[in-house]
Amino acid sequence: MGDFLVWVVWVAAAFACLGSGIAVVTFSNPFYSALALIGNLASLAVLYLLLAAEFVAAAQVLVYAGAVMVMFLFVIAYVGQRSDTVWTGGPSWQLVGGVLAGGAILVEVIIAIGLGASGRLSDAAEIGAACGSPSEVGRLFLTNHLLAFEITSIVLLVAAVGGVVLGGQSRLFGEVDS
Amino acid sequence: MMGPEIPLYLTVASFLFATGALGVLLRRNPLIVLLSLEIMLNGANLAFISFARRLGDGDGQIFAVAVMAVAASEVVVGLGLVVALHRRDLELDVDRLSTLRG
Repeated sequence: MGDFLVWVVWVAAAFACLGSGIAVVTFSNPFYSALALIGNLASLAVLYLLLAAEFVAAAQVLVYAGAVMVMFLFVIAYVGQRSDTVWTGGPSWQLVGGVLAGGAILVEVIIAIGLGASGRLSDAAEIGAACGSPSEVGRLFLTNHLLAFEITSIVLLVAAVGGVVLGGQSRLFGEVDS
Repeated sequence: MMGPEIPLYLTVASFLFATGALGVLLRRNPLIVLLSLEIMLNGANLAFISFARRLGDGDGQIFAVAVMAVAASEVVVGLGLVVALHRRDLELDVDRLSTLRG
């Protein structure tokens, strides 16, 4: 019974995830794309929970669906909704080439995983209750992966400075131009 | 492990990655290109967490958190660029933004 319930949740989350992903790519209005991406992130968080990654699921909802997407929606509202017309006017060489390249990437990924690890993927390890909990992730971050943790903080700092510079630069150049 | 096995999760991750790649290649609005990049990063994240579950340790989840931090940084810089373009009254179309092309 528990197994069946997990399957039901998995099928719902996986199809919501793929469907909202396709919706993000196909909507012509960026605002609707951003809203579809929020659905994508939420269904991905459900998949993470099924994979015993509680902390990552919570961080996904808080950081992505909360902070990042709010910033996205704010900028889309600021810039204004300009729908582009990529899906009209028949197939161009760009459309054909893009679909071919995307299909090639998909086939390549599946073949690489299939050849590298096909027979050994199904027997998942037994895990304790602590795996994926905030305390376990925090312990790993501050012991085995301390360098990654510090580099992450530097990356975030540089990005924040870059955002400030980019946000102010155009105004400065505009004054110089005029 | 209850429910679906790891290969099914990896299949979802592959399709997510390919969907995002299609969006990056086909769309011309830089905002939607950024959103599609997020989908690609999330596909990679799902693969990381699937492998972490398969191996039974937390290292893949550490990777996923680091990828999320990188994604947040990328969004900050990308949206900064979009806002800068908007302030200079340039059209938001990655095909026409060719000023820096060599």
